[in-house]
Parts: sequence; structure tokens; C-alpha cells
Amino acid sequence: MNTNILIVGVGGQGTLLASVLLGNLALDSGYDVKLSEVHGMSQRGGSVVTHVKISDDKVGSPLIEEGEADIILAFEKLEAYRWLPYLKKGGALYVNTQQILPMPVILGAAEYPENLDEILADRTGKLKEFDALSVAESAGSSKAVNVVLLGAASKDLPFTNDAWIRVIEANVKPKFVEMNKFAFTQGQLA
Amino acid sequence: MDKRIMLGNEAFARGAWEAGVTVVSSYPGTPSTEVTEAAAKYDEIYVEWAPNEKVGVETAMGASVGGARALSTMKHVGLNVAADPFYTAACTGVNGGFVVLSADDNGCHSSQNEQDSRFHGRSAGVPVLEPSDAQECKDYIKLAYDISEKYDTVVLLRSGTRVSHSRGIVELGERVEHELIPYEKKFMKYVAMPAMARKLHVAQEQRLAQIAADGCGWDINSIQMNDPSIGIITSGICYQYARDAMPEASFLKLGLVYPLPMDLIRKFADQVEKLYVIEEGQPFLEEQIRAQGIPVAGGKDMFTIQGEYSARMIREAFGKDGGEEPVDTSDAPGRPPLLCAGCPHRALFHVLSKLKTTVFGDIGCYTLAALPPTSAMDTTLCMGASIGMAHGFEKATGDKSNTVAVLGDSTFLHSGITGLLNMAYNESKGTVIILDNRITGMTGHQQNPASGKNAKGEPAPAVDLKALCQAVGVKHVVEIDPFEVKDLERIVKEETARDELSVIITKRPCALIVKQPGIPYEVTDKCKNCRQCMKIGCPAIEIKDGRPFVVADRCVGCGLCARVCPFDAIECTAKEEQ
Repeated sequence: MNTNILIVGVGGQGTLLASVLLGNLALDSGYDVKLSEVHGMSQRGGSVVTHVKISDDKVGSPLIEEGEADIILAFEKLEAYRWLPYLKKGGALYVNTQQILPMPVILGAAEYPENLDEILADRTGKLKEFDALSVAESAGSSKAVNVVLLGAASKDLPFTNDAWIRVIEANVKPKFVEMNKFAFTQGQLA
Repeated sequence: MDKRIMLGNEAFARGAWEAGVTVVSSYPGTPSTEVTEAAAKYDEIYVEWAPNEKVGVETAMGASVGGARALSTMKHVGLNVAADPFYTAACTGVNGGFVVLSADDNGCHSSQNEQDSRFHGRSAGVPVLEPSDAQECKDYIKLAYDISEKYDTVVLLRSGTRVSHSRGIVELGERVEHELIPYEKKFMKYVAMPAMARKLHVAQEQRLAQIAADGCGWDINSIQMNDPSIGIITSGICYQYARDAMPEASFLKLGLVYPLPMDLIRKFADQVEKLYVIEEGQPFLEEQIRAQGIPVAGGKDMFTIQGEYSARMIREAFGKDGGEEPVDTSDAPGRPPLLCAGCPHRALFHVLSKLKTTVFGDIGCYTLAALPPTSAMDTTLCMGASIGMAHGFEKATGDKSNTVAVLGDSTFLHSGITGLLNMAYNESKGTVIILDNRITGMTGHQQNPASGKNAKGEPAPAVDLKALCQAVGVKHVVEIDPFEVKDLERIVKEETARDELSVIITKRPCALIVKQPGIPYEVTDKCKNCRQCMKIGCPAIEIKDGRPFVVADRCVGCGLCARVCPFDAIECTAKEEQ
């Protein structure tokens, strides 16, 4: 069993917590796992990516390469498109439909692509687009987008519901645990 | 056994803790910062942020002479700053174990160059260890302390972005307390005067030769025989890429990358038909192996010197199918990093952009002001260079009328002070602007001598930047809140016009460490669509239906846009709550 999950978004969206939860889930469930992330300059509102590689064998390189991701969790629509080359043929793409305009678009130096829905649908095996931001907000916080997306993708991942709940309890600040657990279940329903 | 997911950098800190380290002195720098941050969480370790890497290495060396196990961490360019004490400590040797950790940044994720720290290790004459994942980070740093004390040498631990910033499963061990090794006065060893240095160099070369011989038997250098037709020598993260790409090949994985265990390399070369060397960056291993007369079938003639490698790149270089051609999404508009909403630096660069000032910039978040829309930076070289370069520019052109040096508080304290001293001493008439946001921002909020806290987060003395500038001889020092935009503009004009050296200190804390009002602003119908607000480059302001629009959930309520609007058309949506 090898599962490669690429988590992409915009710096500040909480992509790192999603990968930490996945990493600990894999560890708790007896798999080997490696994660790779971005720190420093690129974090400041730039395009960010976290790699999560889970295996029942030993994981070597911590990086997912083009065509190797079984699942992409995209916290933003343009980022879903940018990282699409990394999706395996027939892979699953979960997209938060929120759009955050990059500065070149705001300044009129570039255009935000228009027909992204069609392109994404055309090139993925399984596409789930939904407004994870609204789901997170109604669950209690816009910051819970990460857990909502994980909830949505959880059926494609080899972890039990109990394991998910345990990992949220162990890795989220106590006062946010209940909200995150609720957001996770709302993500599962999305 | 207790296992945990750890960042490579956290594993280094854990290993240092298990090895009984008691003193850590470092300057932050991506991708190395979290080693010292994680070390600060262990009660048994004294951890400090030094003003720069040179002071960090000197402090750790002093701790080693005092008999402790000591660590200093830095990014690759930090090792340049620390090179002076590093090179001579390499000659004198140590008392307690002393490890210097340098993290390279192939691919320039957060750096100004792609420098290869292994050359510093070779040039200084110290053993260099290179781990390839988080578990090895912990194991190798522990081994490094044993090597340091056994051979009486500084050890350089080389990491990199993909090792330091990857997480993996790490088996935890217990801490073994390290008793202070009693200090004895040995002036022939610790006083590096010429007569002693000549002898120390002889001893240094002898221990390097011994390490090269002994290293042939160390577990960290391992031959993994498989198909003998292809033999690959590699180390660090490239080992992981190469193993994924060529699982059928034979490998010599080197954990010791200097001095090279040449007898082991020769043995491996004899067992394989064709020998390849795979290493990111310069042909460091390859050239030394070739110099021994060992034939190398492929090295830098197959692989680039620039950037990062990947398993796919290695597969393709060996003529394997790289896999299906990926879809092309290169037309996606770029998303460069930005100054955060509420960032205090934005106001200054708005003013400098408006005044079309020539800006000698420096290293920090504010380097992002070089990008549109502010485009308010002309140069960035290295820590502290803004001041020296502005000075040299003035001396060459005789004109400083619309020129400034700009650098952050931490960068100024790191290596800007000496530049300012030079300006004062050599009678520069320039203007230096210090962005005082009370923190070391870009690397993720580390304390510094101006922030009022130490590395453990405890209260600490804070240097008075104004008094410091005055003390080196600057008569005109002005402090201002950069959000007083009109006053700031006037002051920049006055000080750059002044025929004497001056310093402007913009004082406003980083928007990420001080709670922002959080009440969003909005564009009202007084808007004349002049788009002045767009020129500040705030990520919370977009164009919607042809007009500027504040995205409420991204606006932190700093109000800078309202201050630059000539028509008072941007207003807070509510009064700030008390």
C-alpha cells in the first residue's frame, strides 16, 4: 500500500496542520510516513505545498513527483490547477472552491483562469469541488478548512473513524478540539 | 520503543539533547531555524539567539573549551559569517564535543544563493556528516559528538531544505548526561599564534587522515550490493531520490562526506561495472574520487549543478521512462509571496516607491518589497550589505540625494552596526532606515537583542537602537511610526536632503505578533477609482466590478489603505471594540 497525498494552498491557510494530522494518523496506524513542507519566504501568502507519503513499506524520498499523487487536497482553486500535473492518472482531487487572487492578477498583469471547473473535471479521475470555507465557518471557524477537506477525503484513506478522532484530539489545541471534530464530520458529509 | 513524527530539525535537537548537549548558540536562518527553537524547549539545554553566526560559533566554542557539549546552527550563508572562528577552531580542536550545523538550500527556497557547505568543511579541515532523513538527523548528530571528542575536532553537520524540513518517524532514546570535561590551560592548543598554528595544522591533517581510514568501517558509510552493473555513490537527500529511481542498482551511501573513506570507495568501485556519483550542487565527491584515479562513468556530465534533484530526473538520466508526460499548467498565474496584511513595512515602501528613491535593501521579509507593486528595492546582497553598499555608492557617485539603505532590526544588529560605524567614521552623508518591528520576522519570529525576550521566551534586556546609532556617531536619528505616512514621507525627504549622516527608525511591531484590530475596512461610494490603495500591494484589496474592494476575511484592520486614500473613501466598518 502506497498513498501519496499532496496538500496545496496559499501560505497562511493551515495546510501544515492537515499534513501533521495525516502524518500522525499514519504513525498510529502502523505505516511508515514522510512529510515535506515549506518554511520561510514562500510562506508569506505564496503558493505552498506539503507532501505526505504513506506506505506499508519504507518511504524513501519525502517528495511526491509529477504524476505520483493519489490525492490532492487543494485549499484554493488556482492552486488545484497549478499542482494538477502531480496528480496520478485517475487520482482524486478535493478542491475548496474559494478563490484568492494572486498579486499579479490583482495588478492586472495576469488573469485568473476562467474555465477551471471544466479543466479540472477533464483531467481527474474523481473531482470533488465544494465550498469548504463556508462549511468550516458554519462549523465554527474559517480556520477549520483543513479539517473539512480531510473529512471529505477521509473515505479515500485507509484510516478508521476512531483513528481520525483520536488524532484530532491529540494534535489540536484543547479548546478547538470539539469544533474541529464537528468540522471533520461536516467535511465527511460534504 | 517510543516513536514520534519529527521534523528533521526537531530530530537534530532531540539528538543533541540525547547526546547531553548543554549549550546552543545560533542565529536563525531558513532552513536551519527550528533546530535551535526545538532545543530551547529542553530544560537541560542553555539556548540563546546570538546576534549573528560568528558570535554563535564563538560562544559554542567557548562552551566546548569549558568542557560542555555545544552546538551552533545556521543556514549555509550563515557559515560564511561564522567562517572566521570556524576555520581556526578546526585547527585548535575542542574539549567538549562541538558540532556546527549548516543547512543548505538547493533550489533557493528561501535564500540568496545555492551554496555548498561541504566545501567549507573541506577547506577548514573538519569531518562533514550528511544525514538523509529525520531518523538519521538524530543518529548522526549523536555520532558527531562522539567523533568530535574522540578525534579532538569540530564536526560539521550538513543538512538541507529537504532533510531539515521533512518529517519522518524517529525512534526516541534517553538522554545521557555529559559531565563537563575539566578545563585545563593548554596555550599550545587554544592560543592560535603562528608557532602553535603550524603545529596544530600538522595534528589536524593527521586526524583527518585517521578519520578517512576509520570511516571505512563506520555504519554510516554502507555498501548495499545489488545488480553490479550500476554502482551509485551518493549521500544525503540524493540517496533517497536515487534509491527510489534505481532500486535495482548497487549503492555506496556515504554518511561521512569529508574526509572521504577512500578505501571503501575503491572497494565499491572494484565490485561494480560502472560507477556513478549522484550529488546535488558542485561535483564535490566526484572530483575527489576522480582525483584518486577511480573511473567515474557518470557524474556532473549527467546531472546539473543547479537546483534540486528528483527521482524522475535520475530515472530519465539513466534512460528509463520517466512516466506519463504530465499535463501542462505552466500558464497558471504565479503567486509570489507578499508582505502580510497589516505589515508595518508596507507603509515605508509605499513612500519610497512614491519618491522613486534608490533603495539598497537587505535580507528579511522586507526584501519582498522588491516585487510589484511597490518595486522599491534596487539591491539585495547579504545580511547587513544595504549599509555598506549605500556608502560605497555615495562615495563613487558623490550623490546620495535620493538614496537610502533599508534593513530590519535583527539584520542591523547582525551585521549592520559595523557598516553604520564605517559611514560615521568615513563621513558618509547617507540615510539608513531601520525597520524596527521588534522581532526576527522572515524566519518565523525569533527573539533578538532588540525584542526584549530571550530564546526561551523569558524577559531580557532590549538594546536601545536610537542610542546605539548615536553612540557610533550618528547625530541625526529620527524615530517614527511608519503608519504616520505623511510624516514619514516628509522625514524621508528631509533626511535624504540633509548634508549629514542620518538614521530613520520606523517603529511598529510585526502584524503577526501583535493582535491587529481585526475589524475590516470597506471602500465607500466616495471612491473615485484612483487606485492609490492598489499601490500598497495589500493582499486584502482586490478589484471587483472594476473598483477596489476590501476582502473582509483577509483584512486585519490596520487601516493603511485609508491613510493613503486621497478621498477618505476607505472606512472602518465599525468602531474598534474597547
